Amino acid sequence: MPPGRTPLIRRPPLARRPARAATGARALHALAHAVLALGAVFMILPMLWMLSTSFKPPPEIPLWPPHLLPQAPTLANYTGIFEAAPFGRFFLNSAGLSLAATVSVVVTSLLAGAVFGKYRFPGRSALFMLIISTAIVPFESYMIPLYIQLIPIGWINTYQGIALPFLIMSFGIFLVRQHVASAIPSELLEAARVDGATEWWILARVIAPLSGTALAAVGIFGFIQMWGAFLWPLLVANTQLLFNMEVGLTAFQFRFSSDYGKLMAGSVISVIPMLIIFLILRRRIIESVALTGLKG
Amino acid sequence: MPAQSMAAPRGRVSVWPARRRRHTLLFCYLALAPVLALFAYIRAFPIAWSVILSFHRWDLIGASKPFVGFANYVRLAGDGNFWLAVKNTTIYSLATVIASTLLALPLAVFLSGKTRLAALYQTIYFLPVITPMVPMAIAWKWIYDYNYGILNYALSLARLPSVAWLTDEKVALWALIIMSVWKVLGYNLILFLVGIRNIPDVYLEAASLDGATPWQRFRRVTFPLLRPIVLYVLVTATINSYNVFTQVYVMTLGSQAAPGHAVRVLVFDIYQNAFQYFHMGYASAEAVILTLIVLGFTLVQFGLVRGEEA
Repeated sequence: MPPGRTPLIRRPPLARRPARAATGARALHALAHAVLALGAVFMILPMLWMLSTSFKPPPEIPLWPPHLLPQAPTLANYTGIFEAAPFGRFFLNSAGLSLAATVSVVVTSLLAGAVFGKYRFPGRSALFMLIISTAIVPFESYMIPLYIQLIPIGWINTYQGIALPFLIMSFGIFLVRQHVASAIPSELLEAARVDGATEWWILARVIAPLSGTALAAVGIFGFIQMWGAFLWPLLVANTQLLFNMEVGLTAFQFRFSSDYGKLMAGSVISVIPMLIIFLILRRRIIESVALTGLKG
Repeated sequence: MPAQSMAAPRGRVSVWPARRRRHTLLFCYLALAPVLALFAYIRAFPIAWSVILSFHRWDLIGASKPFVGFANYVRLAGDGNFWLAVKNTTIYSLATVIASTLLALPLAVFLSGKTRLAALYQTIYFLPVITPMVPMAIAWKWIYDYNYGILNYALSLARLPSVAWLTDEKVALWALIIMSVWKVLGYNLILFLVGIRNIPDVYLEAASLDGATPWQRFRRVTFPLLRPIVLYVLVTATINSYNVFTQVYVMTLGSQAAPGHAVRVLVFDIYQNAFQYFHMGYASAEAVILTLIVLGFTLVQFGLVRGEEA
């Protein structure tokens, strides 16, 4: 029993009970531990297998029985993949697109979140409801008209065309609105107004600095969403130069379906930025997911 | 409550002249303008247009795009591929959601009890949720490999025959489901964990004092209090899994040299009709059906939440 948990039940009235309860609790504790550990092994195994394979030289890939660890670890797959396809370009595309989406999602969520959270104006609740309720419609349901819209303006096969659907996030607007409405006192804004501040100044100098945590969460989700995007970039990017990591990996996979050493190296490269973000911001990401119950 | 906002306190109305109110109103609309413009262009307009498209024979190639009423929907009703896709997607969604919930719930209960390794476990279980789908799908394709895959090796250790995980039509859907359960498990786990942590300690302590066994405590205290979250997770996860595409495309579609047959799910069927056969109107009718299915689940969810609150 964890210390300081329950002073109430430390001394149960019955003399017989503690011993039996203690063995039961200990057995349960051991069982919980075993199940959790076993589950964790299963969760991490595919990733370790990917990592291990990425360091194997070609002759070791089809070894039977397979070795869990590479016998003669090599970096050849990591250098080879950049020669086999322009993965440097794919990586930079992914990074650039994701940064653009992050900036846009943060700015638009701040603008809309602040206005919906702290101001009253005609059409406020109708517009907010419209933005939130359309988030239910899956993107795959309206990607066809969006694609047709981009043809006449020449945005098919352009960076701006790939990034376009990821530039606003209903969930981000919702999150910032909740934060601004509940965590920033209206008196603060009033005080700034008395001092002669314009609303734009208040937005930039009062609301934005006080919304750091919400904006950070929104930015992280914006980045993750764009980085992992697949179907839309697959439709819009027709030349290899515009591929992001996800589309590039898939195309590479179809061409070199048996070269699993290089494929795993490419996969590791595509996972690493997310892994770094997650390990640094683990608590904030998990908390945001838990608080909102919404998927990035 | 954002109630007292731009309108100043009553006594000081004179301090805020009409000019100020106009300034504030102008600010609101100007600040919203870029967001609303983007929203209209990339979401509101395409959603509306997808419904309109579905009533037209709208082929990307071809000049005439006539209005055809419900003809696309009628054709869909007799389209074997469409029904196969609906069936597969439904099996996929329900199986993924039920399995990931059944696995996540006990793990969350176990995890809620311990404090020392909880952070580590949370990190490990959540890792697949945060990693991008394509590289993980490729990693699983390697695990499922017929000749050299580690899964078939594990089967051979148990003296079981190799399984063609991704090419056998009967098995491939279930291989996708296993992979997806692995991917979303941590997400459900976190939601359940928060739900359990929100249950006041006193309830469980009171049950302990009354001599309840751990199972009784779960069955009679934890689970009933967790019910709303379980329902919420079930429906949300179902909605989220109806638009499955990436895993299917990466794992079951063959290389150009040897075209494989993808497990037909709804979004794959939409993708194929719209972007390989260029029947945009017909594919839009399918897309509208997808929206209606998701909408139906959302209404169920609202009903459940209301039922829980009543």
